[in-house]
Amino acid sequence: MKNFVQRAGAARRSLVILFLFLYPLAAFAHKRGGEAIGFASGFEHPISGLDHILAMVAVGMWGAQLGAPAIWVLPVVFPMVMALGGMMGLMGIKLPGIELCIALSALALGFAVFREARPKLWIAAIIVGFFAIAHGHAHGTELPLGASGVLYSIGFVIATGLLHALGIGIGLVHRWPAGRIALRFAGAIVAMGGVFFLWKAISGEAV
Amino acid sequence: MRWPRLILFWLTLAITLIVAPSTQAHLMNTGFGPFYDGLAHLFVTPEDLLPVIALGLLAGLRGPRFGRAVLFALPVAWLVGSGAGLLLAPQITLPVAETIGTIALGALLAADCPLPLAAVGGLAILLGLLHGSLNGSEFAKTNASGQVSAAGVAAALFAVVSLLAGQAASVRVPWARVAVRVAGSWIVAIGLLMLGWAMRAPG
Repeated sequence: MKNFVQRAGAARRSLVILFLFLYPLAAFAHKRGGEAIGFASGFEHPISGLDHILAMVAVGMWGAQLGAPAIWVLPVVFPMVMALGGMMGLMGIKLPGIELCIALSALALGFAVFREARPKLWIAAIIVGFFAIAHGHAHGTELPLGASGVLYSIGFVIATGLLHALGIGIGLVHRWPAGRIALRFAGAIVAMGGVFFLWKAISGEAV
Repeated sequence: MRWPRLILFWLTLAITLIVAPSTQAHLMNTGFGPFYDGLAHLFVTPEDLLPVIALGLLAGLRGPRFGRAVLFALPVAWLVGSGAGLLLAPQITLPVAETIGTIALGALLAADCPLPLAAVGGLAILLGLLHGSLNGSEFAKTNASGQVSAAGVAAALFAVVSLLAGQAASVRVPWARVAVRVAGSWIVAIGLLMLGWAMRAPG
């Protein structure tokens, strides 16, 4: 076991060297044009809409506020269920009231952070999963034709995960008394954003 | 796992995915010959790389014995599959089967499933045979030195599995183990979206 771990240390150093050698090959691959757009546009998609950003950051904040195991269960559940919704969107399966659900997600998750709501873990996971389906479905139906599906998906999931990580990072201020208040204030801002998007969704205006 | 090591781990994973900017069923031309073409092939083919990452991390989480089993079983099975693909050279594309395999491996990693050694070894052999045969059939069409390229792929597999399984096996604190499991959930999510793309409604 000790030898294996020592070898792992040497292996890590080798890894850096290996990728330094491989990176120029990757740059070469960009010459293929259209396919390289897949990762960038996939990465950009979750961060292109404020409604999505608010909800995903709120998931991380709520997870951090709830503590273990929710701090990792919620951000693990969200991308998987969101991808399921995305798959349904890609396959052309229609779901009603998606825009309304997305707006509600920011409102509900922001309100949960503001109120420091502490439901049972499975209830929190179902709430997060429900909204994740709506976000994923919206993304899935919007995905452009012709992009590289695999690279798009990788970029999309990494961006989503980073938004959750940002939310968790913000949520860690919950450890300090002043941070708890600040976090609740941040939750209120997210909820107000949700009210704005809900108003837009009900009135049928594009955001 | 201390902070610098955790950062390095995630950096490794991120670079591994980002360095694969172009999905290439066909061999890329590195200019260094067929062995290096094969070596580079794995890193520019996310469909092959993602399940390998999932399996390497899964084996590492289970312990060094599992890591060593996959380290040898996967490249050998991949070589055997490539050999079969090169010999038979049929036009095979199984995007749905490949993607379902990726989702399954990602889910096992996300769940930190306590699989026995035989099951992990079996998964490595199945993955190697499936992806190896698909690689082999592609190499047969595009490259006269397909066997050498297949050896390059096997060498890349050996390197990737040893690095990732080594990283995962060195995990000590519970939350670092969770970080590895999060990688599994991301692989599931990517796999589900890939499945959606594969089954996308036309138009």
